[in-house]
Amino acid sequence: MLFRIIDKPDFRRLVDTILESNEVVGPKRIDTSQSGKPIHQYLPVKSFEELDLGYETTEFPAKTYFLPYKENLSTFKFAEDDWVQSISYRLQPRAIIGLHACDINALLKLDKVMAGGFFPSPYYISRRKNTFIVGIDHEPCEGAFCRSLGTDTVNRGFDLFLTDLGDRYFVAIDSERGFATLHTVRVRDVAGRDTQDYLEVRRRIASGFGPSLDVRQLPRLLDIEFESDVWKKWGAKCLSCGSCAMVCPTCYCYGVHERMSMDFTKGAKTKQLYSCNLVDFAMVAGGHNFRPRRETRLKYRYYHQHRGFVEQFDEPKCVGCGRCSRVCLAGINPPDIIRDLLAEEERV
Amino acid sequence: MTPLLHPYDVSKENGINGPLDFNLKADLQHVDKTFKSEISSVIRLTEKEKLYHIRILDNVERERFSFQPGQFVMLELPGFGEIPISISGSNSQKGFIELCIRQAGTVTNVLHKAKPGAKVGIRGPFGTHFPMQRMKGHSILLIAGGLGLAPLRAPIFYVTENRSDFNQVYIFYGTTDPSTLLFDYQYEQWRRVDGVNLSIIVEKPDANWRGPVGLVTSLLDQIDVLMDETYAIVCGPPVMFKFVCNRLSQMGMPRDRMFVSLERRMHCGMGKCCRCNVGSTYVCMDGPVFDFWTVMNLKEAI
Repeated sequence: MLFRIIDKPDFRRLVDTILESNEVVGPKRIDTSQSGKPIHQYLPVKSFEELDLGYETTEFPAKTYFLPYKENLSTFKFAEDDWVQSISYRLQPRAIIGLHACDINALLKLDKVMAGGFFPSPYYISRRKNTFIVGIDHEPCEGAFCRSLGTDTVNRGFDLFLTDLGDRYFVAIDSERGFATLHTVRVRDVAGRDTQDYLEVRRRIASGFGPSLDVRQLPRLLDIEFESDVWKKWGAKCLSCGSCAMVCPTCYCYGVHERMSMDFTKGAKTKQLYSCNLVDFAMVAGGHNFRPRRETRLKYRYYHQHRGFVEQFDEPKCVGCGRCSRVCLAGINPPDIIRDLLAEEERV
Repeated sequence: MTPLLHPYDVSKENGINGPLDFNLKADLQHVDKTFKSEISSVIRLTEKEKLYHIRILDNVERERFSFQPGQFVMLELPGFGEIPISISGSNSQKGFIELCIRQAGTVTNVLHKAKPGAKVGIRGPFGTHFPMQRMKGHSILLIAGGLGLAPLRAPIFYVTENRSDFNQVYIFYGTTDPSTLLFDYQYEQWRRVDGVNLSIIVEKPDANWRGPVGLVTSLLDQIDVLMDETYAIVCGPPVMFKFVCNRLSQMGMPRDRMFVSLERRMHCGMGKCCRCNVGSTYVCMDGPVFDFWTVMNLKEAI
């Protein structure tokens, strides 16, 4: 990997240059919470000033720029007992500035499902490749357990990745277009002092995390504790609202429905992100529901995060960003459930 | 001034505009493009079920379409929806695809009103298939309960068309009452194939019924085969295949030689939407055909 040093005013110049001809999305402060903390979202910005690169986290992940909450898979035109299907993919490039390591790791996980293996999705691939990603290092967030899941650092999946060294950024470059774009402004080679400062920042960040959680046991534990009372306890709290899946940077499940215009001339096949906690997720024609109970749906979600995904890709689906626990109306926090499961095994 | 970031057009990737073939799973393709097809015939089976012959209109696409017994397609009614349906026909049949469909939901209700000539869409084939090649040289039991005859009909065709590949062949079909028997015009055709034993049983006979009465498991008593040299394909509701497979297991058949087909909600067929997940398994990709040992290891499968 190549590294460069860019002074902060030059980085600002770089963003301004991108803004001249392309859409730029980044962390934007939109409100203040009741406890006085700033609330951020990844939103399109018109100027560098609107970016708040020192943000802690966002309510929603940047998922919507890769897997929109609603997306037409195809459209139909009807005429004379016949129809014509048309399909289009996103073509406009876009830059996302200021993604944290957990969210870039989330994209790497989505890549495995949506772009790799079988039936790669052209919808996803076109959005992914049309997105220029600039990541940034940050101090540990409150309640995040990314370090336990190994997603607090990232080595690929971005174009540029910044580490704040005070008056300048230490830049990791992971693509040709990242290299070319960076060199449209003034950058310099890394000197000995830069490396020293960089390692110092990385050490400081790494030491800021709370106690870690042992997730390596989970795939086996989830099978053993399949009938555990832990699920009844947490299932009884769950409201089955699906908010956790909406704010999850790696939840990709969806439903497809088709609509027709009132005059029967047009139709669309639309994909909409869904949640396995919603009551009809596994309902089949005729009315049978394979997961009718809240606790089985909640359990299934953990099963996919920490067992199913591990079986498929040798890593958990969860990146430990903590968004689901912040958004949960019932106060369900994944580390609490995981600790309960670990405690269950120790008790036996 | 030229834009700093250049647009990337996925539809210009190498190969993506080549002939669409869902058997080439690893290739980048227009995965939501549907093969435009026509309902060429509609055959009424019972009050609730009809058999549809679906003909892919484009000659090249129709020639290229090939499947194995046990696989399914996504049938699309543009503007109404898309549903997963097992292929009921023979895989040697090239002209059209046979789909046996029960009127059960939104899309199938519309479909039951469709007339021959209606234009529908097909994507697929998807999923795993019954390992007919591996069964070669062995005896085979083909067992269906209720609507399970729809997916079982594909391996029945395979076995009757390639009878010399198999040792003993038994076909068992059980249903609630004679009015729900599917493909009743076809039993005679299968019976006349040399060395095919076909038995049909109903739970609630009517005045005209002359055949055996009871559950499909009771037919298993009559078979005379070496159980550890036999394969079984069992299609039907979970409660039925569970009983049948447990019985076969008691009789000495290894559980990984019994094959079943699972039914789940599916919105993509391609291992993406997660709707068909059983535990961590995608029924659309790892199934719908599973051996019974695998099913026993899936949480909440039956």
